[in-house]
Amino acid sequence: MKKITALLLLLVVATGVFGGCGKKADLYIYNWGEYMDKDVLKIFEEETGLKVKYDEFDTNETMYPKVATGAVKYDVVCPSDYMIQRMREEDLLAEIDFNNIPNIQYIGEQYLQSSREFDPENKYSVPYCWGTVGILYNKTMVDEPIDSWSVLFDEKYQDNILMQKSVRDAYCVALKYLGYSLNSTNDAELDAATKLLKDQKASGVVQAYVVDEVRDKMIGDSAAIGVIYSGEAIYTKRENPNLEYVVPKEGSNVWIDSWVIPKNAEHKENAEKFINFLCRPDIALKNFEYITYSTPNTEAQKLIEDEDIRNSKVAFPDPEVLERCETFKYLGEEYDAKYNSLWKEVLGE
Amino acid sequence: MKRNGKLLAAPYTLWMVAFIVIPLFFILFYGFTDNDFNVTLGSIAQISKPVNLKALWLSIELSLISTVLCLFLAYPLAMILKGKGRSSSSFIVLIFILPMWMNFLLRTFAWQTLLDKNGVINTVLSAVGLPKQNIINTPSAIILGMVYNFLPFMVLPIYNVLVKIDDNVLNAARDLGANEVQTFVKVTLPLSLPGIISGITMVFVPALTTFVISDILGGGKILLLGNVIEQEFQIMNWHTGSGLSIVLMIFIFVSMLITAKYDKEGEGSLW
Repeated sequence: MKKITALLLLLVVATGVFGGCGKKADLYIYNWGEYMDKDVLKIFEEETGLKVKYDEFDTNETMYPKVATGAVKYDVVCPSDYMIQRMREEDLLAEIDFNNIPNIQYIGEQYLQSSREFDPENKYSVPYCWGTVGILYNKTMVDEPIDSWSVLFDEKYQDNILMQKSVRDAYCVALKYLGYSLNSTNDAELDAATKLLKDQKASGVVQAYVVDEVRDKMIGDSAAIGVIYSGEAIYTKRENPNLEYVVPKEGSNVWIDSWVIPKNAEHKENAEKFINFLCRPDIALKNFEYITYSTPNTEAQKLIEDEDIRNSKVAFPDPEVLERCETFKYLGEEYDAKYNSLWKEVLGE
Repeated sequence: MKRNGKLLAAPYTLWMVAFIVIPLFFILFYGFTDNDFNVTLGSIAQISKPVNLKALWLSIELSLISTVLCLFLAYPLAMILKGKGRSSSSFIVLIFILPMWMNFLLRTFAWQTLLDKNGVINTVLSAVGLPKQNIINTPSAIILGMVYNFLPFMVLPIYNVLVKIDDNVLNAARDLGANEVQTFVKVTLPLSLPGIISGITMVFVPALTTFVISDILGGGKILLLGNVIEQEFQIMNWHTGSGLSIVLMIFIFVSMLITAKYDKEGEGSLW
């Protein structure tokens, strides 16, 4: 009997321990990797007394199934434009109550305007960061002016090019280089792009397909050229002055990452509090200085102290550059599957 | 007393059912059905697609090479350990197991930094005037990662079997005129077979199914079947992913059958 009591006690202790790990938070956040100053979370917790649980993802495609299946009930998520469109169309998003987000006034009108491409009535999303996709190159390792995607297919850069390991970004490069839309649903165009990517891999110029590692590898002089998001350009240039960022002349992708609230969120009000907090100019500035991704918060833009960065053409490109760029659209289930299976062929080549 | 024993096993049984039996059932269920949940072999037949087939062969090839390398590294080491006295051998075993207490991902990421084009190894090599080695993002790097991570799983079972061989058996062989080589081939090797077989399984199975090592050290350029399955699950192709997992399970099952045949008493088991 004594033994059984001891065992029961042990069980109680054990469940207590495991139960402790799963302690409930007041707000579950799901964001891109390296996409927020952790101090901002601390300030939020101190100001509101809410307990925050923060998780990270590396591509829209890894984020989607977790939110869609409700495996984890996140309260606030930060997907990109085309993924927001998909989630909205699939009825996964809750309407945001903008009465709780007065700080939306600091977000530039032009960004809300472009948000309408994926959120037609500005009801589901609040812009967080935006930027372009382009080429980051090391001035000491190339000896020609870089202004075209064509360098990524040039055989003289053997084992020296970093490609994005994310299906839409990889196809953006190939489709744009061939002069097609990056939302192409034309089978012949997709086949041509797939062939281009396969040939690129076979020719040996690709050192690796990576996501966040591009910046560390470029900073460490491990590769001459990499495909990267504009937001990383300021950071990498600060760490390695030989790096330069360019949006190729053939055009590229312009994207917005915005905060949305999933329909199955259990703390919708806290999520709105958090979004409102992020739109506060001082907080937006703090985040911008840490992650260096362009902020749509016009008030925060004005507060940037470093003049070079405030006027940076990388962070805040000219309208002509943006005219060459397209946003991603969700292409529907059929073409989503098609892109994925073509991409698998490229990686398995 | 017997009833008490059953009671004590209850937590473990519950654990097994929740985390092994039920997930296995789900894989089988998804693997044998299509999107409308009709019974089909279509998901398993996906393995015949060129890209999947290629990934399967590559997985088998790389894991076989790693297993053989592990065996050739581990056996002499296990012999040396046996030859040492108890205290010094347990110290070496400790050193061997020590890295296993560190997270497997961290250790693999460390190799990425070590092998990088301008990484530690190449910096040292070029400092002493030797040519740089470019093995990162190639199959060789993946093999290196597999051997490094799984070597202890080969050493320990072989060592366990070797220390159990009675020295009198070896002395008897010598008394009867066998030289060192003959003793090894006719006595030590056959007696250590259960350990070898168990070690081979312990290395081959995780190497065959890995996707992390190939992802981190292969630069995303090399798809093993584990990577294919991971991708299928990520884009929520539960059926294809499960179908391909069943194919992998067949290989695992076969190697477990072989182990069971040669290692009846469980002598070579790791723990």
